[in-house]
Amino acid sequence: MSTLAIRDLHVSIETEQGTKPILRGVDLTISTGETPAVMGPNGSGKSTLAYTIAGHPRYTVDSGSITLDGEDVLAMSVDERARAGLFLAMQYPVEIPGVTVSNFLRTAKTAIDGQAPAIRGWVKDVRGAMGDLRMDQAFAERNVNEGFSGGEKKRHEILQLELLKPRFAVLDETDSGLDVDALKIVSEGVNRAKSETDLGVLLITHYTRILRYIKPDFVHVFVNGRVAEEGGPELADRLEDEGYDRFLTAEATV
Amino acid sequence: MTDPKSTDVVDSLSTDAVNPAVGDDIEDVTGTGGRPAIIADATTGHGTVPVQTRNERFASVDVADFPAVTGREAVWKLTPVADLQQLIEGDLDGGRYQADTAVDGGAEVSWVGRDDERIGTAGIPEDRAAANAWSSFDEAMLIRLTSEEGGSVTVRRSELGDAPRAAHTIVDVARFARGVVVLDNAGPAHLAENVEIRVADGADVTVVSVQDWADGAKHVANHFAQVGRDARLKHVVVSLGGDVVRVNPSVTLAGAGADGELLGVYFADAGQHLESQVFLFHQGDHTKGRVEYRGALQGAGAHTVWVGDVLIGPDATGTDSYEQNRNLVLSDGTRADSIPNLEIETGDIAGAGHASATGRFDDEQLFYLQARGIPEDQARRLVVRGFLSSIVQKIGVPELEQRLQDAIEAELAGARS
Repeated sequence: MSTLAIRDLHVSIETEQGTKPILRGVDLTISTGETPAVMGPNGSGKSTLAYTIAGHPRYTVDSGSITLDGEDVLAMSVDERARAGLFLAMQYPVEIPGVTVSNFLRTAKTAIDGQAPAIRGWVKDVRGAMGDLRMDQAFAERNVNEGFSGGEKKRHEILQLELLKPRFAVLDETDSGLDVDALKIVSEGVNRAKSETDLGVLLITHYTRILRYIKPDFVHVFVNGRVAEEGGPELADRLEDEGYDRFLTAEATV
Repeated sequence: MTDPKSTDVVDSLSTDAVNPAVGDDIEDVTGTGGRPAIIADATTGHGTVPVQTRNERFASVDVADFPAVTGREAVWKLTPVADLQQLIEGDLDGGRYQADTAVDGGAEVSWVGRDDERIGTAGIPEDRAAANAWSSFDEAMLIRLTSEEGGSVTVRRSELGDAPRAAHTIVDVARFARGVVVLDNAGPAHLAENVEIRVADGADVTVVSVQDWADGAKHVANHFAQVGRDARLKHVVVSLGGDVVRVNPSVTLAGAGADGELLGVYFADAGQHLESQVFLFHQGDHTKGRVEYRGALQGAGAHTVWVGDVLIGPDATGTDSYEQNRNLVLSDGTRADSIPNLEIETGDIAGAGHASATGRFDDEQLFYLQARGIPEDQARRLVVRGFLSSIVQKIGVPELEQRLQDAIEAELAGARS
């Protein structure tokens, strides 16, 4: 079993108005096989947490730690983190013109595994995973994310998740912009990965909709850069009914 | 990275001014004009600033008609003319040269004399180096595509040598014929040349010129194309090797419904000058034009020039046109000039636009690739290769595409060491 531990994490970004703190002391632990959800209103720091775990250069860690089985994740480069078993499914995947999906997937798989995958097995794996996600085979020859619809981009993220087999996946608002059919397909992909590889999933979402298809075992409510409340899955149901208003009001009166 | 904008007025005449010394002679000698000079509104109040519509430049096949080049002329000011003196001013060997030709399907290659009736029908020189080449060649290489079933010709020139030389090539595509012509250049060269491309009605041709010259090579080329009714020309300029390489395509979509796709890809290393001044003239109605050039620059003194002129003539109603140039700057000390110009002389067009962008790496692309475990240097190569590949992918000749991908790969690898 592996454990990803976040301790008293403070993160800021540089803006034109100066340094702006976003995360103000986040504590969160996730082990393989677990599926905690991070929920919260816009601007609460959910995506910042996701990108900080992945190592995006825009975010500065002012204090605190992220460790993976005791190893200092913050000391690793972006690609080292990925090779250590961390995966970020992005909210806005980037277009890479001229790089085909098939070339990209093979290059990434080779980097993660440290050796090129055996051709026949790999082609079969890619075809199978694409079929499971109802992706047309022609997809493999398109350029990465270029001209993809919102749903296609998200399916492509989950395709990578299934093929690269990380230990921990951070899903950054993977449900946003998806219709219910696409949401089901994407959720099935995540659940497959969970059952096949004992994946730990940090499920970041604004809405509770995706939690109908991917069951969280804990819910952390983010408000203003820290965890304001924690609980079991029933907390999500309560948020469904009440929204985030009571947290925002509480913050405002502090 | 893009900043596309559309316009239906004279967008920019930039510095494309005729040489004042010959301005008075335009009506007499030009072979491409015929209409009175239209002076754009932009010139009002400028008095002596000579501005003209793009197809009304002075043109002549006789080098003696051009004054000496100073390097201050609009067509030369971004070019290291001192390195090209021999090609612009000097004597050129215009005899036959050694070339390996591969011919397949409905195609023929032969040599013809200066009196061949096809010569001068696709366009005539607008600068002194082109006119010098024209005045100097003894025989022209004639490449004919003759069949609706398709044909292909590859002309490989790799032993031109260092002596200054002129060449003239005619690509003659018969009515409804289809095919591919590749001018595949390598080795040493000191060459000024003109290439005429005649695409008859209903024909469909891809013409690729690859400049993978050895270090030290100097090459100035003008390609002139006339595209007939419902015909299609895909024209591709690939410039990778050579010290000074300037390939200027000038394409007239003459017939109604003609289609021109003008592509270019270049990779300039330290000290290299790679240039293309592209002119696309929509003469016929319902013509479609797409111009897309992409380049990468790496190393001190790497210099690229792209000037993209698009002219939509008064009869070119229903025209659809778009041109763009993108440059990826990989190191300090490089210079990319990128100048799009768009002139529109009819109010009734389907669309016209242009874009130019020159920038460094997109860090978000790097992050995305690295977040999938790909190390930074490999991710960078993947992005550059992809950036240039998006042009190479459009060539439509699989073997050539693969070879060019490999060549770009070698450029990337070589530039790293």
